[in-house]
Amino acid sequence: MIDLGKHAVFIWASYGIVAVVLTILIGWLIGDGLRLKRRLGELEAQGVTRRSQTPDT
Amino acid sequence: MANPLRQLEQLANPARFMSWSRPLMIAIAVLAAGLLSVGLYQAFFVAPEDYQQGQTVRIMFVHVPSAWLAMMGYGLVALSSFGLLVFRHPLADVSAKAAVPIGLAFTFLALVTGSLWGKPMWGTYWVWDARLTSVLVLFFMYLGLMALRSSMDDELLASKLTAVLAIVGVVILPFIKISVEGLSIPWLGIELPSWNTLHQPSSVMRSDGPKIHPSILWPLLICALGFTLMFFAMHLKAMRNEILRRRLNAMMQVQVQRARREDATNEAQA
Repeated sequence: MIDLGKHAVFIWASYGIVAVVLTILIGWLIGDGLRLKRRLGELEAQGVTRRSQTPDT
Repeated sequence: MANPLRQLEQLANPARFMSWSRPLMIAIAVLAAGLLSVGLYQAFFVAPEDYQQGQTVRIMFVHVPSAWLAMMGYGLVALSSFGLLVFRHPLADVSAKAAVPIGLAFTFLALVTGSLWGKPMWGTYWVWDARLTSVLVLFFMYLGLMALRSSMDDELLASKLTAVLAIVGVVILPFIKISVEGLSIPWLGIELPSWNTLHQPSSVMRSDGPKIHPSILWPLLICALGFTLMFFAMHLKAMRNEILRRRLNAMMQVQVQRARREDATNEAQA
């Protein structure tokens, strides 16, 4: 374990908060994308299309 | 020869954007992960202690990139907002909206890691000086943009008003820079003194070159590039999500209209 001296708690806390915030942000982005794709898939399965799209029927 | 502007416009088409942005996003994310691995290894195992800051200099490898990206993120929001208001391009609004939460996160990290560095070095987590206060204002500007956009149901109106606020708020960026270093443009007769502040002036981006020893400067630059690429990978992902959200909203509107038509038909038949 690297010796960060008497201020180690401040250094580890800094890196810890960066890791936590960026993990939450990346997790939210990936989770949001998966949720949106699932909902779009459900609507497409019901035959719903956007106005600009040609209906499948 | 094809018109470059025309080509750029075609690439910015939302449907085309969805096809080319995914491989680019993955490539940028992989490159960012590689650079951050190297940068953080060097930050802990290669870079020496600073002669004044001691081991706390290691906080700089995350604090400085966060502070840069906090400002760059707002610059991106303002530039995208300008693109929406002037060129009325739908992808410009998507870009502005997508950059806000990412910029907000990096501003938060700049504030928190700065405080955690300030306690052992300055003896306090916080002082109400110009640099720290102006970055806190930037944090609230991001929050304001999110609040304004989410307060309106009319998405088009919300995007325009948010874009105006973003462009007005861009004045905070030079203020953050000037707050520590002042501003001197002799040929324009501008001489603004720096504020009385604990925050040190820039050590990297200086007209007379960086003031940091290469053993610390290189890991810092590698981390900064790694975090910057990570920002853009997340921005591309957030833009893709926003395009999917708009498609979903459009499809849900079609679904509602279809249900209403069916109800009307059933009532007429009854």
